[in-house]
Amino acid sequence: MRSGEALRRFWREFARNRVAVAALVVVAAIILLAAFAPLVTPQNPYDMASLSLRDARRPPGYVGTGGYMHWLGTDAQGRDLFSAILYGLRISLEMGLVAGAVALAIGASLGASAAFVGGRVESFLMRLVDLQLSFPAILLAFVLAALLGQGKTQLVLALVAAQYAYFARTAHGAASAERSKDYVEAALSTPLSPMRVVFRHILPNCLPPLLVVATVQVASAISLEATLSFLGVGLPPSEPSLGMLIANGFQYMMSGRTWISMYPGVALITLIIAINLIGDQIRDQLNPRLRR
Amino acid sequence: MSELVRLDHVSKRFGRAPTLGERAGALIGRPPRPRVVHAVADVSLSIQRGEALGLVGESGCGKSTLGRVVAGVHAPSAGAATIDGAPVMKGGRKIVTRVQMVFQDPFASLDPRMRVGETIAEGPLAHGLTTRSEAARFSADWLARVGLDPAYASRFPHQFSGGQRQRVAIARALAMNPDVLVCDEPVASLDVSIQAQIINLFLALRRDLGLTMLFISHDLSVVRHLCDRVAIMYLGRIVEIGPGEAIYRHARHPYTQALLASSPKLRLSEEEAVFAPIAGELPSPLAPPSGCSFRTRCPLARAICAAEVPALRPVAATRAACHFAEETGP
Amino acid sequence: MTRVLEVEDLATHFFTADGVVKAVDGVSFTLERGKVLGLVGESGSGKSVTGLSLIRLIDPPGRIVRGAVRLEGRDLVALPVEALRRLRGSRIAMVFQDPSMALNPVLTVGRQMELALRASERVSAREARARSVAALERVGIPDAARRLDAYPHEFSGGMRQRVAIAIALLRDPAVIIADEPTTALDVSIQAQILSEMRGLAREAGVAMIWISHDLATVSQMADDIAVMYAGKLVESGRVTQVLVDPRHPYTRGLLDSLPSQARHGEPLRQVPGGTPSLLDLPPGCPFAPRCARVGPECVVDPPTVEQEGRRWRCWRPLGGARA
Repeated sequence: MRSGEALRRFWREFARNRVAVAALVVVAAIILLAAFAPLVTPQNPYDMASLSLRDARRPPGYVGTGGYMHWLGTDAQGRDLFSAILYGLRISLEMGLVAGAVALAIGASLGASAAFVGGRVESFLMRLVDLQLSFPAILLAFVLAALLGQGKTQLVLALVAAQYAYFARTAHGAASAERSKDYVEAALSTPLSPMRVVFRHILPNCLPPLLVVATVQVASAISLEATLSFLGVGLPPSEPSLGMLIANGFQYMMSGRTWISMYPGVALITLIIAINLIGDQIRDQLNPRLRR
Repeated sequence: MSELVRLDHVSKRFGRAPTLGERAGALIGRPPRPRVVHAVADVSLSIQRGEALGLVGESGCGKSTLGRVVAGVHAPSAGAATIDGAPVMKGGRKIVTRVQMVFQDPFASLDPRMRVGETIAEGPLAHGLTTRSEAARFSADWLARVGLDPAYASRFPHQFSGGQRQRVAIARALAMNPDVLVCDEPVASLDVSIQAQIINLFLALRRDLGLTMLFISHDLSVVRHLCDRVAIMYLGRIVEIGPGEAIYRHARHPYTQALLASSPKLRLSEEEAVFAPIAGELPSPLAPPSGCSFRTRCPLARAICAAEVPALRPVAATRAACHFAEETGP
Repeated sequence: MTRVLEVEDLATHFFTADGVVKAVDGVSFTLERGKVLGLVGESGSGKSVTGLSLIRLIDPPGRIVRGAVRLEGRDLVALPVEALRRLRGSRIAMVFQDPSMALNPVLTVGRQMELALRASERVSAREARARSVAALERVGIPDAARRLDAYPHEFSGGMRQRVAIAIALLRDPAVIIADEPTTALDVSIQAQILSEMRGLAREAGVAMIWISHDLATVSQMADDIAVMYAGKLVESGRVTQVLVDPRHPYTRGLLDSLPSQARHGEPLRQVPGGTPSLLDLPPGCPFAPRCARVGPECVVDPPTVEQEGRRWRCWRPLGGARA
């Protein structure tokens, strides 16, 4: 990255958009709460032993068998919804960030390398990427998750496979532009190895657009994971993510016990919207300035 | 003086293979339009050890491409470029470090995200010219040699002025300890007063390091000042080559003469300046004229000029590629 | 000798987030009918901004803060926008370095010229076409009538610049401001344009301001020359006077920097340092940090001295004159 001066200027401009700053605060708060969930929550929702069916389906404000107030009510298994949501957010963030990071690494490397190598290899790889982009990510992720079975690693793999193409395409576009620039030719004619040129020179200069795609894709990964869990593939029911909480509570929507689905839903939407708002602001700022 | 750089019938073509659509079109009788640019066509050249050869021409003449072939940025489509007999490139990859290049736009030729000290030391580190522990001192030394404060090593390119950036680019090239330096319009994008500083830097470095140089420029006065021999290019070919003063005073090729006549000269007398433009337009490199490519603008053009490409041959003090070079004299 | 343009103490400042950039700071000169004035300087000297200021093409955060630009008696700076628009293009026109700035790529050349003419005059389509053909012929474009129906991309770089000049000439302006019009062109094409434009000045009496960093070209084109440094006019006068016998050390420095003025292989007498940042100008003479003749009085900005039609701003001028 550039010297601290550019970072400060970036922050100054970012701070001018109050909505984006609010979104940043929300995301930061969620991350903190989720990170310190074990200290903040009265209950560990994964510990089956701490659950009691007598606490099941209680509305918000109910004081349960554990002796504490359930601020957001309880779900069908007797879990404190507040705790379950925070733990669920943990999983969402974990999945989103890990899948996003891995997809970024793989996709960007692929796209930049393809742009560098050129010729038939580039055509072939980018056609594969295009092919994949023409399928809805959810379809791909669902099929893969169903095939791979349940578990965090399998889910991350499915998400990465569904998302790397977005990074590949963006990286390919940016790298193609950088490829013809003098500093790349200068590096190659030192001579430096092509791998070094791609990873040490081209990719770092492709970061701005990749950063924007990354924020969008993290939000997308979170949403994908929730959808997959809602549909029953992905994570085991013993570690309920937000999607699963929503799914489990769905049957009670009509009978008035809306909180079981609604609160996890609100938490999920808040997180996704906030990340998208941040991404929007970053994208606008990194665009070549039209205003002066 | 021994020969250091040698170009043997080097040609460089740019173009792409016909697309699927175009090939299909060819089958039904609509041949595709030519898309091949002969940037460099059959150039043979040799540069002696310690010599500074100037390469002059207008846009599209191929001087930049030729420079890049010598520097190992482009592999020739035909012919060979060698340094001391060893080929510069093999299999599309450059395999020697003895020749380095300084590019025209110093901002574009430095990685904007790398500190200047790292940029200078990167190549030498990769090729064992310095070690990780010595790298900082190595960069600082080179910065001082090109007239910059060594403390600037931690700065980024955008924090420098144009002239300073070009000094960094020169330091980067020389840090690889080359025998040959190819400079592609290194002062064209600089202010006149900064240009003078960089020209002086080249003079000093060349003297101190015994460099062999290929100096590419469109500015005749800069080339005349720095170089021993000068080659003039037009549409991919060398049309005249010879010792600097011979070219400037006794040029024999009609293009060289026209170029010299139409170049702006500082007017210091009350006499009105006479503009001597070259007639006609520069032909498109996609469709160069047959035979001698200058014939469409040449006052001496005759039938043979369209039929046969003239070869470089000795005429008076230079070598010129013109069928009628004898007639162009005083 | 009629005075077509009088510029008096023109100043254009840019009010940026990082401070005030005094791009042009007190520039005065006059231009006579049929004469060419060369405005010379390096990057950051303010020569381009001066040209743009003359026809008020300065966008915020820039603003003309003081001065007058009298075109045929009327002060362009004080004029309301509507009146200014009527004069722009008709009495005073500009040619830019990049002709694409003047040429709309989706319109044919003829259509553009027709639009330019009919924007402010009541001209029939036929008359517009006739005048456009005449303008193209004036700048030496062969087969003008047919070329009117061509698009800008069908012309070569040199031709495009000629078309841009033709558009500038359409309404017979009194003054043409040319900002580096031949810098991006090849030497052989440049000579063609130079020859056409000087012919225009001599024969049609069009007054020209030729903005350039290239001393050689300016010396060939211009009758008078004005040298700018850091927003100030440091020397002006007849071309031959200023270049043969400069008063200001910067002018001398520019001349010394030219390889054509030095012996082969000899180091050039360089001017040390670089152009100053306009955000951070030292008090006094802006050239002082780089000047070999600097003295204690140079911490005060020198006033303009006028002598025998020449002007300079220096406490310790070169040549036979005294400060």
